[in-house]
Amino acid sequence: MYTQAMSVGPQDAPSSKIKSAEEMQREAAFEARIDAGDFIEAKDWMPEHYRKTLVRQISQHAHSEIVGMLPEGNWITRAPTLKRKAILLAKVQDEAGHGLYLYSAAETLGTSRDQMLDALHSGKAKYSSIFNYPTLTWADIGVIGWLVDGAAIMNQVPLCRCSYAPYARAMIRVCREESFHQRQGYESLLVMMQEGTPEQKAMVQDAVNRWWWPALMMFGPADKDSPNSEQSIRWGIKRVTNDQLRQRFVDATVPQAEILGITLPDPDLKWNEARGEHDFGAIDWAEFWRVVGGDGPMNRERLGARVKAWEDGAWVREAALAHARKQATKEQAA
Amino acid sequence: MSTSTTQNEWPLWEVFVRSKAGLDHKHCGSLHAADAKMALQMARDVYTRRQEGTSIWVVQSSQIVASDPGEKGMYFDPMEDKVYRHPTFYELPESVNHM
Repeated sequence: MYTQAMSVGPQDAPSSKIKSAEEMQREAAFEARIDAGDFIEAKDWMPEHYRKTLVRQISQHAHSEIVGMLPEGNWITRAPTLKRKAILLAKVQDEAGHGLYLYSAAETLGTSRDQMLDALHSGKAKYSSIFNYPTLTWADIGVIGWLVDGAAIMNQVPLCRCSYAPYARAMIRVCREESFHQRQGYESLLVMMQEGTPEQKAMVQDAVNRWWWPALMMFGPADKDSPNSEQSIRWGIKRVTNDQLRQRFVDATVPQAEILGITLPDPDLKWNEARGEHDFGAIDWAEFWRVVGGDGPMNRERLGARVKAWEDGAWVREAALAHARKQATKEQAA
Repeated sequence: MSTSTTQNEWPLWEVFVRSKAGLDHKHCGSLHAADAKMALQMARDVYTRRQEGTSIWVVQSSQIVASDPGEKGMYFDPMEDKVYRHPTFYELPESVNHM
């Protein structure tokens, strides 16, 4: 569900070693395939930098799905009705599934699941900064569906045409399942705004105020500060730039906010007739980098929860494997 | 690939789902599971949350033998000039053209 800022995090410079004639030939053939709109499959030859970029992007996307279950999981036991609880459970289960599709896609590139989890747990790999904010009220759950999933969908739809086919296939599946996530969030807010008490309406507005700017940050740094975007676009790993996606998201969200009857917390947000788009205020990039760098409100807690779950589950993983081996030996003996 | 942790990883399985009776099983993804029974159960949870299937096959990924993408041309291109294998190659009078 949630990608962002994939160009954020440790970058690998393109290899500067001298290439052999054969390698250059292969690279030229690869570039030609990309230019022709061909899909690249797992066993096809690809430049090392293409592989590394994809592993980083897909694994960070997978981590985001998994870590993204934590802020929402926080409200499962406190959902206001059985209906809302069932919906939230289904959504969180979807996120787990999306994480698994993506880990599988990344594994086709020759990186093991354990290596990727290691990178997450050691803090080497990033996940979407949005999950380092707390879910303080029930309205946060609706707003996450509406804005956070909305931003994620905006980001992910173009990835269904990613040049790396296993990733594109995973994204098609994810996008198909995800539209319910945004709709259920918006609908739950609609109920609160139309039938709720003044306190409940205020709660929705407060949640929107807290999530609006972090949601805009989900698209990653501005294009001018996103040096790897260009290469990713050339390779068809990325199809639309961060700023273009952010603009699309703002333009799509403004009318939805009006119908909801809430205000987006940006005094500079207004329609620009000449551009045919909305203008909006400056994003606090210092906050973005602080959160990406590990110093957001919930970074330590989120990572701590993941590491604890992994460590607490170790005996189960080992026992299941030991059982499987024992059964296999028994079968062989019989 | 061969880090020390990988040895404790559950093996990888490929998942094939038949979306409805009458259709083929189609590859839809992969997952890790300790054994076949667990792989089936997890495939159900991961790949058929919205009634996408009526039957599931799982097979350990290491058991799949695949053609070499590097030999794709050598392998598949010879069929390109055998147009006579297609019905459209044969021109027949209009009156019998729908046989």
